[in-house]
Amino acid sequence: MSLNTTLLSVDGHPVENGRCLSRGVISVALVIAMTLAASTWAFADQRGDEIAREADRRDTGWNDMIAELEMVLRNRQGEESTRALRSRLLEVDADGDKLMIIFDRPRDVRGTAFLTYTHRSGPDDQWLFLPALKRVKRISSNNKSGPFMGSEFAYEDLASQEIEKYTYEYRRDEILDGRPTFVVERVPVDSSSGYTKHVAWYDQEEYRLAKIEFYDRKDELLKTLIYRSYQQYLEQYWRPDEMYMENHQTGKSTVLRWSEYEFQTGLTARDFDQSSLRRVR
Amino acid sequence: MTDCGRSHFAKLVVTIVLTVVAWGLFENPANGQQITGQVSMEGRLFTQDALRDNLYPTNVSIAIEPEFYQELNDGRQSLTVVPFLRWDEHDSERTHWDVRELDWEYFARDWELRAGVRKVFWGVTESNHLVDVINQTDLVEDLDSEAKLGQPMVNLAIIQPWGTLDLYALMGFRQRRFFGAGGRPGIPFPFNSDGAKIDGGNFGWAMRWAYTAGPMDIGVSQFHGTARDPRFFIGDQPIVIADFIRSPFPSIDTQDPMIVPGYEVIDQLGVDAQLTMNGWLLKFEGINRWGQGSRFAAMTGGLEYTLGNLRSSGLDLGLLVEYSYDDRGIEALTPLEDDVFLGGRLAFNDVQTTEVLAGTVLDRTSKASFLFVEASRRLGERSTLDVRIRSFVGVPPDDVFLYGIRNDDYLQASWTLYF
Repeated sequence: MSLNTTLLSVDGHPVENGRCLSRGVISVALVIAMTLAASTWAFADQRGDEIAREADRRDTGWNDMIAELEMVLRNRQGEESTRALRSRLLEVDADGDKLMIIFDRPRDVRGTAFLTYTHRSGPDDQWLFLPALKRVKRISSNNKSGPFMGSEFAYEDLASQEIEKYTYEYRRDEILDGRPTFVVERVPVDSSSGYTKHVAWYDQEEYRLAKIEFYDRKDELLKTLIYRSYQQYLEQYWRPDEMYMENHQTGKSTVLRWSEYEFQTGLTARDFDQSSLRRVR
Repeated sequence: MTDCGRSHFAKLVVTIVLTVVAWGLFENPANGQQITGQVSMEGRLFTQDALRDNLYPTNVSIAIEPEFYQELNDGRQSLTVVPFLRWDEHDSERTHWDVRELDWEYFARDWELRAGVRKVFWGVTESNHLVDVINQTDLVEDLDSEAKLGQPMVNLAIIQPWGTLDLYALMGFRQRRFFGAGGRPGIPFPFNSDGAKIDGGNFGWAMRWAYTAGPMDIGVSQFHGTARDPRFFIGDQPIVIADFIRSPFPSIDTQDPMIVPGYEVIDQLGVDAQLTMNGWLLKFEGINRWGQGSRFAAMTGGLEYTLGNLRSSGLDLGLLVEYSYDDRGIEALTPLEDDVFLGGRLAFNDVQTTEVLAGTVLDRTSKASFLFVEASRRLGERSTLDVRIRSFVGVPPDDVFLYGIRNDDYLQASWTLYF
């Protein structure tokens, strides 16, 4: 549909006038038009969008997921510090996912838990449980660009990546570590994001992310995220065992190690409410 | 559960240590069993001369709070036990123990049942917790009144699309734990908390409906039972603060007239609401209470705004402004009767989770102000350092809550080890 529109706008002829042309001429015109169209932003937009949509489509239907995470924070001097967390995710029809993150280590934050209702449009809803005070506090989801637990991951890097949170532009094909990838530029829709853009490498065969570069508000390269050791679950869903984030401006890095992935465990919306936030551990 | 003598105290220490050891031996995380907790060592330095003789310039205190947790029935039930124990060098009232939690919970799809000794928090504001009336305040822990004594109860939570309705049957009344006569800060009047007058006996009830609608969180609550915050009596007569401050300040050494706390039966209707929009948090709490002198209303409201990731430094700066009002005016049982709270919270978001909260509470009527700083930082993987400053500035004689502790400014450092 859009290809047709582009074709018409490129050669300037309405479809009716094309009837007198031979098949060969039409084919040639089509090839030329497509080449021209591919170089225009409008068309690139479309393709980037399609890649993001296909990636999202292939990762739909898992219903719920739980996993354990270990974060190893490393500073420029190579000193390490470790955090242990657990995450629970619930797919929501026609809206963003629900996410709960539970802190196990360091021990002083043990029992602290985050609950996020991601929304496709508008700000996410977020609550924090403080176990010492037995208090559930609604917090603003605006502060998403700061470090998560002192790591090189920002809150927004760990949030559910709903397609509506970005606009997409296809850039090029590229071979990355021996596999063909699509390189897509993603621009955050929310102005409170800490980034002007991401450059993301999608695996062409599986539509999973292989790498993301993050550009800061001055449009300078800030961080690179590399996804490692993908495993397939339920014969469909790909999840990395490791995510490596390097900050180019500070020399610090964080390794996020995932384990104990489980899908379709039977969690419901009830496991993602404020009452469950209070008693999760 | 409130008081115990020295020998009882020693027995309790032994009991807790043995329990920790026993539980530690049999702990089995695979079975849903956990034992965790914390030990905290605290030192205080008082920066001004005490108002009374034989009060000390420094103080040391140690607290322990283990937590035993057992998951039962494939996660449908749980049992939590949290004893608490503090030893204080000088204040015999601050040396105390408590059962913070002894809580059994059952989780079903549309409801949860919780029974035992528990802690419940209601409300949204930071400087004043008006609607939060279930638990008694453990005042000796800190002047900020954030520490609470465990409350025995049965609580049924009904969880529905129209909100969460919590019903509480409250069993047993617990008196407020005040500072001792030899304590710093202390009560500068001839005061006898053992002679407390308690109405209403041991039973109370409460309910709260809580609902979230988009950016709005709202709660409506009703409490009936013995007030957690007492009025003060001489004989059978409640003290009228307006008269009290005009008469000469009674000396702590006189035994007559003796002031005693009186806990009356009250009804309290509370409303709390928070609107969360574009990085702003708008908060409000309001109460209406009757049964304790004449009927009165009080409110706290304010704003919180966080400047996230300041200049891409990773720092968050939170700004807080709140105002508290109590229509009893000078007769209010709280220092927050016409007060403005201004605060700033700086989170470094670093590996050590360094945070600093500083603020002031300004009394618009008496012109006294209370200044505080709270800073904390993780040391290594399993301990934290916490530094606090509490200071009173410009307290006039007619500010009855602060005048007697106006020279008890202190600097506190505490080191907490988590296990």
